[in-house]
Amino acid sequence: MTAFFDIVARDLRLALRQRGDAAMVVLFFVLTALLFPFAIGPEPNLLTRLAAGIIWVTALLAVLLSLERLFLADYEDGSLELLVLSPVPLSLVVLAKVLAHWLSTGLPLIAAAPLIALFYNMEGDALPVLIAAMLLGTPSLSLIGAVGAALTLGARRGGVLVPLLVLPLYIPVLIFGIAAIDADLAGLSARPYLLFLGAIALFMLVIAPLAAAAALRQALE
Amino acid sequence: MAGLLRPANGALTWDGAPITDDPEAHRARLRYVGHLNAIKPVLTTAENVTFFARLAGAGTADVERALAGFALTPLASVAGRLLSSGQRHRVALARLLAAPGDLWLLDEPTVGLDTASLAHLNEAIAAHRGTGGRVVVATHTPIEMTGSRILSLADFTNVGPVAAGPITGESDW
Repeated sequence: MTAFFDIVARDLRLALRQRGDAAMVVLFFVLTALLFPFAIGPEPNLLTRLAAGIIWVTALLAVLLSLERLFLADYEDGSLELLVLSPVPLSLVVLAKVLAHWLSTGLPLIAAAPLIALFYNMEGDALPVLIAAMLLGTPSLSLIGAVGAALTLGARRGGVLVPLLVLPLYIPVLIFGIAAIDADLAGLSARPYLLFLGAIALFMLVIAPLAAAAALRQALE
Repeated sequence: MAGLLRPANGALTWDGAPITDDPEAHRARLRYVGHLNAIKPVLTTAENVTFFARLAGAGTADVERALAGFALTPLASVAGRLLSSGQRHRVALARLLAAPGDLWLLDEPTVGLDTASLAHLNEAIAAHRGTGGRVVVATHTPIEMTGSRILSLADFTNVGPVAAGPITGESDW
């Protein structure tokens, strides 16, 4: 278990010393979300209705942007080889790296979400639901993304392949994430949708580290 | 021998047991230095060594000694991106000393080493073998290892004296 936290601590330290990368992702999130009012027009009702969808889609794209970082640097400098050859089970290594990825990407996105909600004049009580949905949904994004990133390691132009692989798998998270907020805005309970997001996250928590570990072994053969 | 690739033929055994029976135990006794140095540009020399030592379950007790073994003590707090390629290679080699392991797999460890570092490497290998450790080196330049078994990969023949070792590769070549 100490090895698990060692890897998390190391990846967080790397993220902290290369703050620019994580900041880029958040900046991308905020800037893209702010582009929509210019494109759609400044009608407040329309923007309020679109807010949830825009926040989720841009968050999803921002996560996608950060996925390449997950394994590629370790693969290129040989660290991944040493990680695979360490006595720590590879799926645990993957899980640690995913946790660090979520802490350095998912959490900042969630922290920035209220700002965008404010710009879109999202109603006050929808915001806690949005935060809850993102807290439950973004770990799935990191987990699914890890599988995609691991599968494309070593492939030429792997960066282009990742969205093709990963985006279709992101759709359930997107649907339930937006449905939760829509339900709340319509005066219904958001609970069932949040539970679905939690279920997806738990399912991915089991499947994704194993799948990504298998893909990493394949990449190093 | 690291277990990264599946053998095309036969099985890799340690003390008679296939390593695939308990890959984690095999990885625990394995220290590998390859072509890539696995050095993070933003981590210091000491951090680069300590992380993998801890991952191997060794703690940080031997890190200083390991850095000293390859004359890296003055560079301990220097970031990886500032190191020269020879220094990077020495950092990778220092990981061997930071976490004790039975079997060292060294892939061309002499490339880019100056004479002094080469002497350090020879000393480290001798000390490791002196305490019962085993070393497998793939190299173009001869390394001083008395009583070692040399396998020439040009024609797959044994060209050196055969030393008894518990690791055996059974295959048809």
